[in-house]
Amino acid sequence: MIDWLLALSQAMLFALLAPLFTAWVRRIKCWLQNRRSPALLQPYRDLRRLFSKHVVMAHNASIIFRLTPYIIAAATLLAAVAVPLIAVNLPTAAIADVIVMAGFFALARFFLALAGMDIGTAFGGMGSSREMTIAALAEPAMLMAIFTLAMVASSTNLSTVISHVLADGLVLRPSLLFAFLSLVLVGIAETGRIPVDNPATHLELTMIHEAMILEYSGRHLALIEWASQIKLMLYGVLIANIFFPWGIAETADALSLAIAFIAIVFKLMLLGIFLALGETVLAKMRLFRVPAFLVLALTLSVIGLLSHIILEIN
Amino acid sequence: MEISNSVLLTMLLLPVASALLALAADTKPAIMRWLVFPLLGVGGIMGVLQGAHILLQGGSQSFLFSPGLPWLHWHLRLDPLAGFFLLLIGIVVFAVSLFAPGYAREFEHSKQPLSVLGLFTGLFVTGMYLVILADDAFAFMVAWEVMSLSSYFLVAYQHQNAANRRAALLYLLMAHIGALAILLGFGVLAGFGGGFTFDLMRAAPLNLTWASIAFGLGLLGFGMKAGLVPVHVWLPEAHPVAPSHISALMSAVMLKVAVYGFIRLTFDLIGNVHWSWGVAVLVIGSITALYGVLYAMLQTDMKRLLAYSSVENIGIIFIGLGLSLTFFGTGNHLLGVLGLVAALYHSLNHAMFKSLLFLGAGTVIQRSHERDLERMGGLLSRMPWTGAFFLIGCISISALPPFNGFVSEWLIFQTALQVGSIHSGVLRAVIPIAAIVLALTSALAAACFVRLFGIAFLGQPRTRHVRRVREAGRGMVWSQGFLALLCLLLGVLPTLTVEAINHISFSLTGYKLQAATAHGWLWLTPMSADIASYSAPLVMLAILLAFAAWALMYFVMRPTGKANTVHTDAWDCGFGPLTPRMQYTATAFSMPVQRIFGSVCRLQEDIERLPRPHLQTEAESIRYQLQVEDSMWRWFYLPVVKLLHAAARRAGRIQSGHLRHYLLYSFITLILLLWLVT
Amino acid sequence: MLAGLPIYQQAILLLAALVLFSSFTLLAQTRVTAIIHAFAWQGALVAMTTALVAFDSGKHHLYISAALTLSLKALFIPWLLHRLVKKMRIDRVAHTVEHPALVLMIATALVIFCYYVAQPIQQLEHSITRNTIAISMSVVLLGMLMLVSRNKAVSQVVGFMSLENGLFFAAVAATHGMPMVVELGVAFDVLVAAVIFGVFFFHIKDSIDSLNVSELNRLSETDE
Repeated sequence: MIDWLLALSQAMLFALLAPLFTAWVRRIKCWLQNRRSPALLQPYRDLRRLFSKHVVMAHNASIIFRLTPYIIAAATLLAAVAVPLIAVNLPTAAIADVIVMAGFFALARFFLALAGMDIGTAFGGMGSSREMTIAALAEPAMLMAIFTLAMVASSTNLSTVISHVLADGLVLRPSLLFAFLSLVLVGIAETGRIPVDNPATHLELTMIHEAMILEYSGRHLALIEWASQIKLMLYGVLIANIFFPWGIAETADALSLAIAFIAIVFKLMLLGIFLALGETVLAKMRLFRVPAFLVLALTLSVIGLLSHIILEIN
Repeated sequence: MEISNSVLLTMLLLPVASALLALAADTKPAIMRWLVFPLLGVGGIMGVLQGAHILLQGGSQSFLFSPGLPWLHWHLRLDPLAGFFLLLIGIVVFAVSLFAPGYAREFEHSKQPLSVLGLFTGLFVTGMYLVILADDAFAFMVAWEVMSLSSYFLVAYQHQNAANRRAALLYLLMAHIGALAILLGFGVLAGFGGGFTFDLMRAAPLNLTWASIAFGLGLLGFGMKAGLVPVHVWLPEAHPVAPSHISALMSAVMLKVAVYGFIRLTFDLIGNVHWSWGVAVLVIGSITALYGVLYAMLQTDMKRLLAYSSVENIGIIFIGLGLSLTFFGTGNHLLGVLGLVAALYHSLNHAMFKSLLFLGAGTVIQRSHERDLERMGGLLSRMPWTGAFFLIGCISISALPPFNGFVSEWLIFQTALQVGSIHSGVLRAVIPIAAIVLALTSALAAACFVRLFGIAFLGQPRTRHVRRVREAGRGMVWSQGFLALLCLLLGVLPTLTVEAINHISFSLTGYKLQAATAHGWLWLTPMSADIASYSAPLVMLAILLAFAAWALMYFVMRPTGKANTVHTDAWDCGFGPLTPRMQYTATAFSMPVQRIFGSVCRLQEDIERLPRPHLQTEAESIRYQLQVEDSMWRWFYLPVVKLLHAAARRAGRIQSGHLRHYLLYSFITLILLLWLVT
Repeated sequence: MLAGLPIYQQAILLLAALVLFSSFTLLAQTRVTAIIHAFAWQGALVAMTTALVAFDSGKHHLYISAALTLSLKALFIPWLLHRLVKKMRIDRVAHTVEHPALVLMIATALVIFCYYVAQPIQQLEHSITRNTIAISMSVVLLGMLMLVSRNKAVSQVVGFMSLENGLFFAAVAATHGMPMVVELGVAFDVLVAAVIFGVFFFHIKDSIDSLNVSELNRLSETDE
C-alpha cells in the first residue's frame, strides 16, 4: 500500500516539478545569451493564467480537437508513472515497461498530429506531417538504444534496468556510452528542442510542434504545454537515472528518499545546463537535415548494440 | 464435449446454401438482405462457436467426409490451430454479413447481377472453412482452389472496368503459380510419407535438404497468397477493386488462411525446423513490412493504401514467425513459442482492425462515391459513428496502447529482445536489426494512418458531394462497432487471449508459455515479471482515471460567470476565410517521407508550370502530379520476364519446321526413356 | 564479463568501440575538413588504445608505436592534408556520398560479417584484446568501403589511411604489435605515401582540373 502511495506521489512530483525544469533551462539560456530571465515560477503563472481563460475554438473543430489535450496529458502522465524518479522497485513500474512508455508517447503524438489537421489550416497539416516524419525516424533510434540497454540488463523494465546498472557499479561500457549519446539525440528530437525544432518560435516555416498547437487556447493549451514540459523532464530523468543512477532510492525509507530527491534535482540541474548550452551553441537545422541527425542517432545506437555483442559478451 | 459430424457439416453447408439461394436474388433482391447474408452470418457464428470450443478445450477431433467420390474420402480435422483460424474467419464473416445487406444495395440497380456476388461470397467462405479443416493434401488443394477461384470472380465482379479485369487476371495467375508451389511442397512430403493424409506426412522421414525444399516451396506458395515481397504485386491491385466487404474478407481473412497454411506446413507437417529457415523468413518479413508501409504511405486511393498496409502487417506476422522458427531451430523452445504466440496474436488483431478499416472505407466510398483521399475531408462530423470506429481501427493498426495492435507488436519486440539466449553471435546481431525494422515500420504506420484519418475525416471537405455525405445505415455501423469493440477487448485483455493461444502452441509443439499468464489476468509477463511486464487493464483504468481527474479539475477551476468556450473562425493570418484548398493534401503530407525514402520507391513526379503572361519567372499555376509504381515490377518481374523470353526464344529454336527433326526428337526421347527404365 | 575487468582494460574496449565509431563518422562525413578531423581523431584514439595496451601488457615498444601513431596519424598527416586542401582551395567542396543510408547499412553488415569471421580467432586467443580483433577488421573493411564509395581523391586517401589504421590496430589487438622494425617501416611508408599523394593531388588537379576521380576515366584509351 505504502508503495502505491509512494508511486503516486512520485508521479505527482513529476507533474509538479516539470514546469520548474523548463524554467531552469530557460533561465540558463537567458544567462548564456546575456538576457534577463523571467522568474523561475513563470511557467506556473502561465499555466494558471491559461487555465483560467476561456477557450477559443474554430467553428469546424471536431471532437478530436477537444479530446486531444486530455489524451495527450493522460498519456504523458502515464509515461511519467512508468519512469522511476526517486525510487526503484515501485509497483507502478510493472504496469508499463519502456516499450510501453514509448507507446504512450506515440499515442500522444498520434492525437496531437490529428488535432493539427482537424481545423484544416495549412500550418496544422504542415506541423503534423513533419512531426510524424521525424517521429518515424526517431522511434527506431530510441528503441535501438533501449534494446541495447535491455540486452545489457536483460530486461525492459526500467526499474530492473536501473537496479542492474546500480549493482554493476562503475563500468566503462561502450554500449551504454553509445546508447546514452543516441538517447540524448533522440530526446532532443522528440521534445522539439534546437537543433531539430525551436520551442520558442512562431516563425511559420520552421516550426513543427508549435504549428500543430497553433489553434489551441485556454485550458487546452495549458494542458498541452504542461504535457510537453513533463515530456522534456521525462527524457531528462530517463537519461539521468538510467546512465547515472547513483543516488536513487532502493528502499522506501525517508532518508534515502530525501537523498534521492536531492540527487535527481542536482542531476536535472546539470542536464538543464548542458541542454541550454547546446541550444545556445547550435543553430536550428533545415528540415531535411534532420534525417541525417536522426540517422546519426540510429548509427550510434547500432554501434552500441554491436559493441555490446562484440566486446562485452565473452 | 465432442462436436458432432452433423454440426460441422451444417457449418459448412450454411454458406453453400447462402450461395445457392443467391441465384434467385436477381429477380428478388430482398432475398439477399433477408436470407443470403443472414445465412452467411449464422455460418460465421457457428464457426466462432466451434473454433472457440476447440481452442479453449484443447485436443483434436477428426471427421471423415465423402463428397461424391466413394473411394476418395476427405479427411477433416479440428485442432486448436484450426479452431483459432475458424474463430477468426467466423468473426469477420459475421461482421461482413451484418455490413453487406446495406452495402450491397448499391449493386441492386447496377449492371452486375447480385446473384454472382452472393454465389461467390458463399463459395469463398466455404472454401476458406474447408482449407482450415482439411486434413489431407487432396482436400486442402481442392478447398484452396475453391477459395482462389471464387475470390477471382469476386475481384472481377465489376468487370466493366478494364483495370479490374487486369487485376483479376494477375490475381488468378499468381494464385495458380502459388498453388502449384504448394502442391509440389505437399508432393515432397507425400513422397516421403507415402500418402496424402497429413498424418502420413507428419511421419515422413525427411532429410534436411528435402525438408528445406518442401519449406521453400511452401514459403513461396503461401507467401504468394499472403503477399510477401516480392510476390505481393497482385495484392494492391486485386484487393481495392473488389467490393469493399469482399476486400475485408480477402485482406483480413484470406491472407490469414495463407498464414495458417504456412504454420500448418512448417510447424506441424515438417515439424523439425532449421534455424536458417527462420532467418530467411525473418529477412523476408522485415523487407515486406517496411516495403508495404512505405508504399502505403504514398497511396492516395483509400483502399489501395489499406491493401499495402496489409502487405506490411503480413510482414510483421512473418517477422514473428521467423523469430519463432529461429528460436525453435536453435533449441530455445520457450522463446519459439513466444514468437509463435505473438505471430498468431497479430494475425487475429490484423483480421479485426483490417476488416474494420475496409468496412469503414467501404462505407465512405459508398456514401461519397470517392476513393481518392485528395477529394475527401471533414467526414468525421458528417458520419460520426463510422469516423469514430475508423479512428479506433487506425489507432489499433498504428500499434498504440491500449488497443490490440500494440500488444502483439510488444510481444514480438519481447521475443526479439531475448536473443541473448542464442549462442550464435551473428544471429544475436541480426535479430535486433529486424526489431529495428519493425520499430521503423510501426512508426511509419502511425504516420500513414494519421495521414489517412486526418485527410479523409478531419479538416474541411474538399469536394461538393463529400460535403453532403450522411451517415450509413444501422447494419453497416453496427458491424464496424462490433469489430471496434473487439479491437479494444483484445487490447485490454491480452492475458486471456495469450492463454487461449497457448493451447495452439501446446498442441503444435508440445511447449507452452507458463510464465506469461502466471501473475493473474492483470499482468502479461512474457518470460518473467523481472524481464518485462505490461498491464493493459491497469493502463486502461489509468487513462479513465486521468480523464476523470481532468474533468474534476475542469469543474473546480473553470471560470465562473462567462462563456466557457467561444466559437469563432479559425486563425487565417488576417487574409479572409480559409478555403478547403488551403489544407495540406495527402501528397503533401507524405512528401517528407517521400523525400527521405524516395530512392526505394519508383516515383514519377511531374511538375507543370504555367508562367504568367508578363512575368515569366512567376508561375501562374503549378500542377504537381505524382505516380507511384511498385518498384518490384522493375527489380523483380521485368528481369524474370526477360529471362523467360530469352528461354522461350532458345526453346523456340527446336521448332525448325522439318518433319525429320520432329521424328528425331521422338526417337531421342524414346531412347532416353528406354535407358531410364532399365 | 566486463564488470570483472580492471578499469584500464575496460577503457581499452571503450576506446576500441570509439575507433569503430570514428570509422562510421568517416563514412558519413561530407566536408573535407570534417573528414580530416575525423581521421585525426581516429589516429588519436588508436594511439591511446595502443598506449593502454602497452600499459596492460607491459610491452614497452608499444609506447613507441603509440607515440609514432599519435605524431603521424593524429597530427602530421592531418596537418599535411589540411594544408594541401587549403592550398588547392577545395576545403569547401562537398564530398557527397551517393547513397548514405545504403553505405551505412553495408557498413553495419560488414561489422557483423567481421564479427562472424573473427569468432574462430577469438576462441584461440586469451588476451583481453581478443574481442577487439573483430573491431580492427571492421575498421579495415570500412576503410575499403570508403575507398569504394567516394569519388574525391582526398576522401579516398583518408580512406586508405584509415584502412592502415585498422591494420595497425589489428596487429596491436591480435599479437600486441608487430616487430619494431616492421612497424617503423610501415610508419615511414605511410608518411612517404602521404607526401606522394600530396604531389599527385597537384598533378591530378593540373591535368583534369578536378579532384573528382570519376573524371579519371577520361584518361582511358577507349572512346565513349
